[in-house]
Amino acid sequence: MKRKDSYALLVMAVLIAIFPWIVAGNEYFISIVVFLGINSIITMGLCLLMGYAGQISLGHAAFYGIGAYSSGILTTHYSFSPVMAFFLGIFFSALVAYLVGKPTLRLKGHYMAVATLGFGEIFFIAFNELTPWTGGPSGLSGIPALRFFGKTLEETAYLYLVWGFVILLLIFSLNMVNSRVGRALRAVHGSELAANAMGVDAARYKVQVFVLSAVYASMAGSLYAHFVTFISPSSFGLMPSIMFLMMVVVGGAGTIWGALLGTAVFTSLPEYLRGLEDYEVLAYGGILMFILLFMPQGILQRMQNLLNQMKQRVEKSP
Amino acid sequence: MAKRNLVTILVSCLLVLGLSWQAFPADKKPYRVGAVFAVTGGASFLGEPEKNTAKMLEEWINAAGGIQGHPLEVIIEDTKTDASQAVLAVRKLLQKDKVIAVVGPSTSGESMAVVPVMEKEKTPLISCAAALSIVTPKSEMERIEKAKSFEMPKIQRKWIFKTPQTDTSAAEAIFDYMKKKGITKVAIITVSNAFGDGGRQQMKRVAPVYDIQIVADERYGPKDSDMTAQLTKIRGTDAQAVINWSVGPPQVIVTKNWKQLGMKIPLYQSHGFGSKRNIELAGGAAEGVICPLSRLVVAEKVKESDPQKAVIMKYKTEYEKRFKAGVSTFGGHAYDAIHMLADALKAAGPNKAKIRDYLETKIKSWPGTGGVFNMSPQDHTGLTKAAFVMIEVKNGDWAFAD
Amino acid sequence: MKPPRSFVHVRENSLKMSLTSQIIQFLFSGLNVGSIYALVALGFTMIYNATSIINLAQGEFVMLGGLIMVFLTVFLQIPMYLGLILTVAAVTLLGAFFERLAIHPLRNASLLTLIIVTLAGSILFRGIAMFLWGKDPYALPPFSSSKPLHLWGATLQPQFFWVLGITGLVLLGVWFFFNRTLIGKAMTACSFNSTAARLVGINVRKMVLFSFSLSAAVGAIAGIIITPITLMEYDRGPLLALKGFAAAVLGGLGSGGGAIVAGFLIGILESLGAGLVSSGYKDAIALLVMLIVLWVKPSGLFGSAEESELKKF
Repeated sequence: MKRKDSYALLVMAVLIAIFPWIVAGNEYFISIVVFLGINSIITMGLCLLMGYAGQISLGHAAFYGIGAYSSGILTTHYSFSPVMAFFLGIFFSALVAYLVGKPTLRLKGHYMAVATLGFGEIFFIAFNELTPWTGGPSGLSGIPALRFFGKTLEETAYLYLVWGFVILLLIFSLNMVNSRVGRALRAVHGSELAANAMGVDAARYKVQVFVLSAVYASMAGSLYAHFVTFISPSSFGLMPSIMFLMMVVVGGAGTIWGALLGTAVFTSLPEYLRGLEDYEVLAYGGILMFILLFMPQGILQRMQNLLNQMKQRVEKSP
Repeated sequence: MAKRNLVTILVSCLLVLGLSWQAFPADKKPYRVGAVFAVTGGASFLGEPEKNTAKMLEEWINAAGGIQGHPLEVIIEDTKTDASQAVLAVRKLLQKDKVIAVVGPSTSGESMAVVPVMEKEKTPLISCAAALSIVTPKSEMERIEKAKSFEMPKIQRKWIFKTPQTDTSAAEAIFDYMKKKGITKVAIITVSNAFGDGGRQQMKRVAPVYDIQIVADERYGPKDSDMTAQLTKIRGTDAQAVINWSVGPPQVIVTKNWKQLGMKIPLYQSHGFGSKRNIELAGGAAEGVICPLSRLVVAEKVKESDPQKAVIMKYKTEYEKRFKAGVSTFGGHAYDAIHMLADALKAAGPNKAKIRDYLETKIKSWPGTGGVFNMSPQDHTGLTKAAFVMIEVKNGDWAFAD
Repeated sequence: MKPPRSFVHVRENSLKMSLTSQIIQFLFSGLNVGSIYALVALGFTMIYNATSIINLAQGEFVMLGGLIMVFLTVFLQIPMYLGLILTVAAVTLLGAFFERLAIHPLRNASLLTLIIVTLAGSILFRGIAMFLWGKDPYALPPFSSSKPLHLWGATLQPQFFWVLGITGLVLLGVWFFFNRTLIGKAMTACSFNSTAARLVGINVRKMVLFSFSLSAAVGAIAGIIITPITLMEYDRGPLLALKGFAAAVLGGLGSGGGAIVAGFLIGILESLGAGLVSSGYKDAIALLVMLIVLWVKPSGLFGSAEESELKKF
């Protein structure tokens, strides 16, 4: 992993560690950052798929849901331990991703987009209809909170748990991106034909990345389920899938850090717009448009450009 | 190039911490009450009138001198019909605004997400949502659902109350009426969201008590345009009536489809039908539709001697005058909740535990818009099926069904 | 004993529908809702052909068509025919404006970014609609009468014929436009190869603008004809866009005729699925069929495999 990434990771870890102290234990802020962390796990996975392997997924929230419902159902209806349920969720997500991915990733462009859309919707409908297990539209409540040696994990502890995951996954993702695998993915993104010609098995890599991104989402889902202790299908439908997509693209589709930035923007934006009531949807759409029009390569890229420009100006001045 | 990653972290931090830069509360004198409503999102037909009502009540109470001299401050947050947002909103109200109680959320799903937070903070919550499971602990719900015969819960969550009638009561009111009419077989058609599902579950649970059999169980999505397929299927069964359980446009679409298909069996709607606008939008197709409604909807026709008459007439006339829109039973839930809190505050002062005790023990024969409330340790809903009157649409207007 | 009231509480045993008439009823409702999907799918295809973009704000054009028509004819009491023309004109202008504001400046951005911009557009349109019309549904009076007609054991609203008829007219008009007029042929040329089109003197940028305007118009018409049956509110768009997009792809992106056939097909599948299998899973059934088709023939029902290889997306 590159040095610059290590520094950034260290800074992030330190900031997360002292954050609860900064906000004096205020659970509102801690909750926001917990959701931020959960969303980041999903977007990191999605970024690997979209930014590096160049595949699109319009139904990714389904994997988020599989993780959440696995954890939810197994721990409430069948008294599984949360850890078991967590791994089973990963297993189911990976399995579904493999089965769905193999035929879908053969498709091209918009066709693949619609296929992922279709699968996402089908899972949403399944969550909604399989009422005896999922609770249907009314949702599944009473999911046990996580306990560590007998003590329930409160907000601050949960923050550390979630961000521990984020940092570990970040290290893993960054390593992968800068490794042979990462280069192979980018080759596939550039041109499947060329990649195949060079000996990179494009189809296999695509499915593997798809499965990996599904696993990320599943982990986030399990963490979500035990945090809010209530889940319902509306958190795993079309709109959330699109939301995650936007986080990745708007932040800067090419990079992991861009995805994190996009997630931060989108998770905190609604909180800023809280006072606007009826104008909020309008403001949200307007801000989104603005970002896309003036920062078409993503926010991260734009800020980097700005910083570079400033640096050049400083260097040029006598 | 280390800039790139640091930029991300820096900006993200600033974003999150920037939120704390908003003004912090100072004063202790006003009584602060939090309200979380689904002002936008799929349940905005609930949240919007609730928000309007809350604002209106806040003004009235303060114009009359507040509560024992203390001004009432109702801080309203939008949950966007999302459970996570509801949790965040409630946390903000509790942590940042330091409210003494919370009214809402608008939907059962959001309420379920918020309940653990309120219980942990030992702060009273008066939900404006329908499900019985909001006020009843999970183990107790499971016990009554598995019970051989129909039962109502005997244990309630300590800090959680609610003002709307339960889906159970609405279903009971319908089946009770149907039994009197000699109906034994019904078809149900429900929307596949929390509102419809709540009704569906309760209808299935309650029907056997009234010797009624459900012979068809159809569903549709909240944004579907056409339900003739489901209704056609129902027409092919031996159902003697069809009950639709939804709110918003689907109610009207089902009504129009029912008329278009020329179905001979009567159409019953849920208590969500109680808005004149639905009759207008159905363009005449609503003639003969029967539904259980709060007396609020037919306030003018209610007898003077009815204990609710004064409350519902006042709310209806004032709301319609001020907001130039038909009064809604959903807004009434917020009306009842805030009024109850105001009464509790008056008697017990800004003490969370005392407010809770007041709500549980002193709300007796309390006339609200939803009905006459009788709260008790075994019943934090306060209402039964008697809160409803059976209404039939006649000549484009509401009429008591006979 | 008092005779029972007209239709209330009559013991129902003789009016059970036969299976055939049930299926015919399902087909009719499938055609009804399918025509909207078809028009939306057509809108998707037109923009895709000129630009390779998937316009995820297509559903909002339908919504705006319905709501603006309500505003003009119900609130301003403008006569129906005038209202129709004005509404289509207004939404067309909106589509053009959207293209100038959001698509044109980003013409060199990645395709993904462009698609996200249309998403942002759809959110914006929804926000505006919510602001102007609120969240309530609105109705339009049916174009002719509202008395149901009986046909082959099924019942229909007269509006159904308006829906089918106007859809047919639109399809005819669009076909004529693309195959018989110069501009239409120019747009078709763009879809095959925009560089080659530019080389022969076609103003590609204008074609992009045109395609958005035309799609907006088609969407608006769909909204106007369906609102008398199904009402319209500010957030009806996304579900229509989802189904329309699925139909466009199912039919084979780039094939207008395919999109239309697929639109009707999806409508019918939904209806039959709801009636014969399970109403809860009806959408899943339609989507599953689409997925199976894509699995067997990745370029859609009427799409050509070579064409999709040549296209960059």
